[in-house]
Amino acid sequence: MYLYDSYDQAMVDARVEEFRDQARRRLAGELTEDQFKPLRLMNGLYLQLHAYMLRVAVPYGTLSSRKMRMLAHIARKYDRGYGHFTTRQNIQYNWIKLEDAPDILADLATVEMHAIQTSGNCIRNISSDQYAGVAADEITDPRPWAELLRQWSSFHPEFTYLPRKFKICVIASANDRAAMRLHDIGLELVERDGRIGARVFAGGGMGRTPMVAPEIRDFVEEDELVSYLEACLRVYNRYGRRDNKFKARIKILVHELGVDEYRRQVEEEFAHMRQLGIQPPTEELDRIRAYFAPPVYETGLPEEVDRSDPDFALWLDRNVLPHKQPGYAIVNISLKPVGGIPGDASADQIDLMADLAERHSLDQLRVTHAQNIVLPYVKKADLYTIWQQLDAAGLGTANLDRISDMIACPGLDYCSLANARSIPVAQKIARRFAGNGKEEAIGELKLKISGCINACGHHHAGHIGILGVDRKGTENYQLLLGGSGAEDCSLGAITGPGFTEDGVVDAIERATDLYLAQRQEGERFLDTYRRLGMAPFKEAIYG
Amino acid sequence: MVDLLNFREGETIGETPVSIEEFLGASNATAVRIAPGEDARALLPHLDRIALVEVAFPAFGDGRGYSSARILREAGYRGELRASGDVLVDQLFAMRRCGFDSFAPDKALDPAVVEATLSRYADVYQKSVDGRRPIWAKRHEVN
Ligand code: SF4
Repeated sequence: MYLYDSYDQAMVDARVEEFRDQARRRLAGELTEDQFKPLRLMNGLYLQLHAYMLRVAVPYGTLSSRKMRMLAHIARKYDRGYGHFTTRQNIQYNWIKLEDAPDILADLATVEMHAIQTSGNCIRNISSDQYAGVAADEITDPRPWAELLRQWSSFHPEFTYLPRKFKICVIASANDRAAMRLHDIGLELVERDGRIGARVFAGGGMGRTPMVAPEIRDFVEEDELVSYLEACLRVYNRYGRRDNKFKARIKILVHELGVDEYRRQVEEEFAHMRQLGIQPPTEELDRIRAYFAPPVYETGLPEEVDRSDPDFALWLDRNVLPHKQPGYAIVNISLKPVGGIPGDASADQIDLMADLAERHSLDQLRVTHAQNIVLPYVKKADLYTIWQQLDAAGLGTANLDRISDMIACPGLDYCSLANARSIPVAQKIARRFAGNGKEEAIGELKLKISGCINACGHHHAGHIGILGVDRKGTENYQLLLGGSGAEDCSLGAITGPGFTEDGVVDAIERATDLYLAQRQEGERFLDTYRRLGMAPFKEAIYG
Repeated sequence: MVDLLNFREGETIGETPVSIEEFLGASNATAVRIAPGEDARALLPHLDRIALVEVAFPAFGDGRGYSSARILREAGYRGELRASGDVLVDQLFAMRRCGFDSFAPDKALDPAVVEATLSRYADVYQKSVDGRRPIWAKRHEVN
C-alpha cells in the first residue's frame, strides 16, 4: 500500500499544527463557533447531539495493521472504546472532546493518517472498490488513481468552498461494488486501444433528490485526468447553486443545465485547463503504482478447506469470496451481528482484526462501503483459525449481503439532523429474520436505512430501503423497494404510506414472503421485484 | 474598513472600483469589482487597462471568488487582485494560491496569525497560479 514520503508527512504534520492553533483560538474565545465551524469541518469534526464526532479518513478504504491499531487506540483513549465504520469507508468516533482533537490528529499523523476533508464543502475522501487489487474482474488496481486524486484534492486552493460537499469514487471493474454512479463524480477505469483511462460520470447522489449519474465522457486519458476533473469542478464551483443548500450538489446543476450543456461547459473549460500544465506527469502515477504492486504470492497452496464444522462451513459460504490468486481467499468480516449496531467495532475487536491481518493477510485490511471489514489476502489453509478467532470475538457473523448485513446511519441516537432512529429498527429486523430462519431462505438482499432524508444510510440504493420521517412529532418509516447501488444502479420507489417501527418490520416480512412465493430460479429479491413491479408488493404489504 | 493587507511589490491601488457593468460601459475606470455571481471572463478582453480587480466575498463560504481570481491570473492578468469582505485568516493561504495579492477584510486580522498561517505549509500538491512548484514536480524534477 501507499507510503508517505517526506512531502506527504510534512503536509499532515502541518495540518495538525494548524488545527491545534485553530482549536486553541476557539477555546480562547478568539473564534466564534460560526467562524470555527468551517475550520473544524475541514478536519472532520462535527458537533452532534451529545458530543463532538470526529471522522477519520481511510483513503479508498485501505488500512495496514499499524493504522488499524491506531484506530483502536483512539477508540480506547479518546472515545468510549468504540469506533464506527461508515459508508464512506471511513471511521468515526462519537464521543470526542474538542480539547483532545488536536492530539488525536497528531496521533493519526504518526501512522500516516488524517481527518482532512472528511467533512465540509470540499472534495471528500476518495472511495473505491474494497476488493481492489484482489478482484479477478478488475482491469487494473484503481487505488493508485485514487491516491493521485487524494493528493490533488487535498488543500485544493480553488475548491475548498464549493457549493456543497463533493464525493469522488474510482473503480476499475464492470461490477460496481462501490455505488460509483451515486457519487458526485464516478470514475470507471476502462481500457481502450491498450491504454487505460477513465469513463466519467457526473451528478449522481442520494439525499432528498437522488440521481444516478449520467456519463459525461466515455474516455479521459490517464495523463489528462486531473486537468479534466479541474474543469468539472470549476464549472460546478462557478455555477452550482448557492441559494439553497438542498439544491447545491452537482447533481442539481447537471440536472438543471442538462447533461449535454454541462458536458459542453466542461469541455470548454478542459480545453483551457489542458494548456496550464496542472497535470502531474505520468511518472507520478507510476511512482504511486509501484506501492500497489501485487504481492509475492505463495504458490502450490492447498485449495481444499475442511468443512466439517458446520458453523464454519456456513461462514465460508457466506463471507468468503474467491481470490484471483489460487490458494487464497477474500475474507469479509461482518460488523453486523444480530442485535448490534451496524458498522460498530470495539477497540478490542479492531485490535484483533489488525492482528489477524498482520498474521494472515499480508498486513492489509479494507473497509467496505457496506460498513464491513475485508482481509484481502488470506491463504485458504488459514481460514479456519481466522474464523475461530473472529467467532470468539463476536465477529463471526455469517451474513454478507443478507438482510441482516444492512447499512444503517446513526439516526436519532446520535445525529442532530435525524427524524427517526435507525439503529433500533435495524436491530429489530435482524432479530426477526435471524429468528424465523427466513434470512437464509431469502439469500442476497441489500437493506439500507436512513434516519432522515439526507440518506446517509443509502436507502434509495437498497433492494429494500427504509427512510425515517417525522410525522406529527412521531417517528414514522417509509418503505422503498427496488434500489441498487451496483452496476445495475437504480433508485428505490416508495411503497405508500409509512409505518411505525414494528409496522415496517412486518411490512418487510410480507414483501419478502411474496418474493419467496413468487421467485423464479436464480432470482434475487431485486430481480423478482423488477420482474413483477410494485403492484403485487403493494398489495401484499398493505393488503 | 480596516487596513489593507498588501503582498504586492508596490503600493496598492487607491481608486474605488466600479461594477463590471459600469466598467464595460463607457467608463475610463481602471479598477473594477466582481461580485460572486459575475463572470470574471467578461474582463478578459480588457486586462491591459485594468490596475485593480476587487473580488467581493460577502460570505467566506461562497467560494466563487477563488475561481474568478484564478481565471484572471491564468489569462495573464498582472495587476492588483484584491479579496474584500468576509475574508478570514484561515482563507488567506488558499486565496494567495489563487492569485490574490491584497486583502481588505471586514475585520482586522492578527498579523502574527497571518504570518504563521501563510508560512505553515512548506509545499503544495497542486499547480496553481502562484508560481509554486507542486510536490509532484519536485518529486520528478519537471517544470
Ligand atoms: S441520514 Fe439523516 S439521520 Fe442519518 S446520519 Fe444522515 S443526517 Fe443523520
